[in-house]
Amino acid sequence: MSTETIVKAENLSLTFQTNDGPVHALKDVSLDINKGDFVSFIGPSGCGKTTFLRCMADLEEPTGGSITVNGVSAREARKSRAYGYVFQHAGLYPWRTIGRNVRLPLEIMGYTKEDQDARIKRVLELVELDGFEKKFPWQLSGGMQQRASIARALAFDADILLMDEPFGALDEIVRDHLNEQLLKLWAKTQKTIAFVTHSIPEAVYLSTKIVVMSPRPGRISDVIENPLPVDRPLDIRDTQAFLDVAHRVREGLRAGHSYD
Amino acid sequence: MTKTALSVLTVLATIVVIWYLAVAPMNIRVALDQAARAGAEIEPPSAVERRNVPILTLMSNNRDHIAAGYDLDRPRLPTPMQVGEELWKTTGAMVLKGRTWSKRSLIYHGWITLQSTFWGFLLGTTIGIVGAIAIVQSRVIEMSVMPWAIISQAIPIVALAPMIIVLSSQVGIEGRGFPKALISSYLCFFPVLVGMVKGLRSPTAEQLDLLKTYSASGVQRFLKLRMPASLPYLFTSLKIGIAAALVGAIIGELPTGAISGLGARILIGDQFGTPLAIWAALFAAAILAGVLVTLLDRTQHVLLRRMGMRS
Repeated sequence: MSTETIVKAENLSLTFQTNDGPVHALKDVSLDINKGDFVSFIGPSGCGKTTFLRCMADLEEPTGGSITVNGVSAREARKSRAYGYVFQHAGLYPWRTIGRNVRLPLEIMGYTKEDQDARIKRVLELVELDGFEKKFPWQLSGGMQQRASIARALAFDADILLMDEPFGALDEIVRDHLNEQLLKLWAKTQKTIAFVTHSIPEAVYLSTKIVVMSPRPGRISDVIENPLPVDRPLDIRDTQAFLDVAHRVREGLRAGHSYD
Repeated sequence: MTKTALSVLTVLATIVVIWYLAVAPMNIRVALDQAARAGAEIEPPSAVERRNVPILTLMSNNRDHIAAGYDLDRPRLPTPMQVGEELWKTTGAMVLKGRTWSKRSLIYHGWITLQSTFWGFLLGTTIGIVGAIAIVQSRVIEMSVMPWAIISQAIPIVALAPMIIVLSSQVGIEGRGFPKALISSYLCFFPVLVGMVKGLRSPTAEQLDLLKTYSASGVQRFLKLRMPASLPYLFTSLKIGIAAALVGAIIGELPTGAISGLGARILIGDQFGTPLAIWAALFAAAILAGVLVTLLDRTQHVLLRRMGMRS
């Protein structure tokens, strides 16, 4: 695996001013994400995992420290369309068909019509939604909608995929299936993925690196290099190695809580 | 389906029954005055005395004359049947006689009012939509324009209408077409403005963030997100707006000395003491409003269906 650093955060802090005084969403967070990594961020609500993702995406502005994406500032990275972002809710535009939803970023970025068509076909196949191009979002299940939103994020040439609890609202069975598909997709596309989740098994199953975070102030309490092999069938979750990693994540979460 | 039809018909029947029942007490004085002049024995006999007797007493003392209240030339309250006959006489019957565009035809007057409504609606929705776009784009415009828009609706249009007529003739505008459209648009723009502001602001933070991750331009954000998201709101506002535009057009015909249009018919009916003409014009206006709103409703249905929205 190459060790090129894609995201580099140094002493990153973000403080929101609220009526109840300042809220330290992030405090002195330092982290490197390497090319091709699958990094999960896990922690209780308010630990700053989504905020950190949004800082990478330049959707929030840090109040301290620095963050670079692809060696440039987060703003420049956003302007150069360095990443695809998958939101918690699929966020498909209801007046656009699945195909036209995937077309949205391509229209905005000015791809040619032929290129748009080819890309839509390719990414819909990638997420196994070929044949659903003309369907409207409400005609699809929640899991399929989320797959369409992943296709939308893959449609343009961004090497980074930022995912904010994309499967949080789905049921266990659908979630398992999508996790499996996401790993295959990651292997196929070689993207660097940052993935926010609430679920310990999900984090352990998917990632090469697990970042455990804790709240008040939002900070990193542990970074775990996942020793599991890259090739992961679903039943790897019943092995001792998997349970050991999950145990370490749980310990990290507990340690974070004892601060309260 | 039959259930809906049944409840709709029940409400309709109830209204008609109440209306019919109300005709007797409303018209009893007129009916007794007429009968007295014709020489019938009325209790009490003098019109002056009758003025101080409650309606119900008059009715119970003169039961034979109650029925006459249902067939007066100039009733205080006409029966639904009389209104229907008058409506037919001034519309369908005129068409059959080939006098559709006669000055006595409500089709002619309705057409006059419809034209003002149309121009007022066009002007009002344009002002409403353009205003809403400006307000959503700029906080400064919102703070400087929105209060005026709200204040404008607190001024009774009836007070403003004569001034609009006078001022527009001062600046040399001939005829009543323009001032009527202006008065009509005055009532129409507000619901469109408010609805469109709400519609243009309806995209969620997530939908807006998505475009930010594409580093989309302001124009792209407007065309690809705010505009389409506002469409359902637009149609809801348009339906209110067109009804308001019709009311505005009718009001524009009231104080202006107009002799054509449904508003003029109502005013003239009042001045000449022909209640049937007033009621027929009122119903014509209501039917016109119903048709216009239904047309917009169907357009909305077809368009949003085509856009994949279920509403």
